[in-house]
Amino acid sequence: MATPTLPIGDTRVAHPEASQYAIVFENVAIAFEENVVLDGVSFRLEHGETKALFGVAGSGKSTILKLALGLLPPDSGRISLLGEEVTSMSEQELFDLRRRVGIVFQESALFDSLRVRDNVAFRLMEEGLSEEEIDRRVREALRFVELERTIDMFPSELSGGMRRRVAIARAVITQPEVLLYDSPTGGLDPVTSNTIIELIMKQRDVYKTSALLVTHRLQDAFTMATNQFDKNTNQLVPLPRGQQCEVPMSFLLLRDGKVIFDGNAHDLASSRDPYIREYIS
Amino acid sequence: MALEIELISPVEVAKEALLSIQEYSLLALQSLANFFRRPLYAGDMLMQADLIGVGSLPIVVLTGLSIGALLALNSANTLQRFGGITLIGQLVSIGMVTELGPLITGLMVAGRNASGMASELGSMIVTEQIDAMRALGTDPSKKLVTPRVAATVFMLFFLTIIADLLGLVGGNAVASLLFGLDSRQYWSNAWQILVFRDVFMGLAKPVLFGFIISTIGCYYGMSTRGGTQGVGRSTTQAVVASSVLILVVDFFITKLIFAILGYR
Repeated sequence: MATPTLPIGDTRVAHPEASQYAIVFENVAIAFEENVVLDGVSFRLEHGETKALFGVAGSGKSTILKLALGLLPPDSGRISLLGEEVTSMSEQELFDLRRRVGIVFQESALFDSLRVRDNVAFRLMEEGLSEEEIDRRVREALRFVELERTIDMFPSELSGGMRRRVAIARAVITQPEVLLYDSPTGGLDPVTSNTIIELIMKQRDVYKTSALLVTHRLQDAFTMATNQFDKNTNQLVPLPRGQQCEVPMSFLLLRDGKVIFDGNAHDLASSRDPYIREYIS
Repeated sequence: MALEIELISPVEVAKEALLSIQEYSLLALQSLANFFRRPLYAGDMLMQADLIGVGSLPIVVLTGLSIGALLALNSANTLQRFGGITLIGQLVSIGMVTELGPLITGLMVAGRNASGMASELGSMIVTEQIDAMRALGTDPSKKLVTPRVAATVFMLFFLTIIADLLGLVGGNAVASLLFGLDSRQYWSNAWQILVFRDVFMGLAKPVLFGFIISTIGCYYGMSTRGGTQGVGRSTTQAVVASSVLILVVDFFITKLIFAILGYR
């Protein structure tokens, strides 16, 4: 499904239309040596929306997250994040923009020489907040992921699922405007995966955070598209059939470096494309 | 199975070498420029100073004592032949302060800390911790490189002074215990022979060596590619490159100081 393109200008601030979106990719291409990973990828992420990125291994899903954050420069194309043109910003300028975004890496990427408390508090310590304020907010973030008891532990003392949840706490502690999740449930047991998906939905439905979610688990994304987090009961509530399209959840499927589908769960389920049918079956 | 050998053109090798020099120069310059941009990460500098300085103290103490004693022992034989055994203090003093103190301390700290920096930063690269730091809005060059450079330069300066002193102590022990030389005469000779140029040379070298050790260690760490094997490779390269560079720079800085301040 093609996404309409934005007019290309010269200024660092993206086109006014781009500021209506949390993230805009415009004909983005990137290759590592001879290997073309993304070839003319375009999509838009609306404010408050969560977009699940699918594709076979090596299709460039994680690369999209790194490009969105300016951790990698694209070979061509334009990327805007929160209305700012990432592709024309220097690394120093990007540091300020990145403080408005949270990311959960595939392998958590916790600082292994720091305790859980200091990992989660990293951004707050950089901002020079008082120790009392840091402690309060770290406990709050760890309570969000139900891991308050691990505050004095080192990452090596945690299980894989706990590390992912600490990484989520680190990403959400400053209540960023955009969250990027790189396979947050990859390699985890179903119970832990469900806990993490609930946390992601809580962030979407309670805090209305925009998010890109890289995942291999279609069932997670379909759960997100057919359920809503109820903050009163602290549980997932299945949506009635007619209301499922109202959830701010979309799907993007990559194949051979190109976007072959960008739409909602209903469109994905009813697609007649043989590759998509095989993928979701 | 046939053995496949990949041939690389000399032009490509030269290009890669030039690119590495460019990247190293940028990292080294950036590490200095960071001193003029906030935040300064004083806490990280102190922690690194403790790891590098206090951590290296035992090997510096041992090598300082050994080198001083060996220098005295080896030169005593020759000096005795010419009846100049009383000059042993002067010889150990000049040798330790201008050359062996800074050089041996530099090489010891390079072996211990350039490898430590390369492996620590390399591990952070392969586990995406550096990317995580960038994603959290923190400049790894400021947070990780500059504190290591500041701590190494500062601590190597003082470690060299300690090594010089202990070298003289080791030389004195050999001179008095094995050759029956008067300690007061030894220290008097050792002190009086030193002129401004010698002390300047002995104190300028650790500053340069400290900068080389830390920037080379950080450069190889930050440019690590290829998982744990890559970390091992970076660690080895950091020790080899920093040691060789110390020896080369030592020759040129000695020549330069002699050219500026004159020969003895």
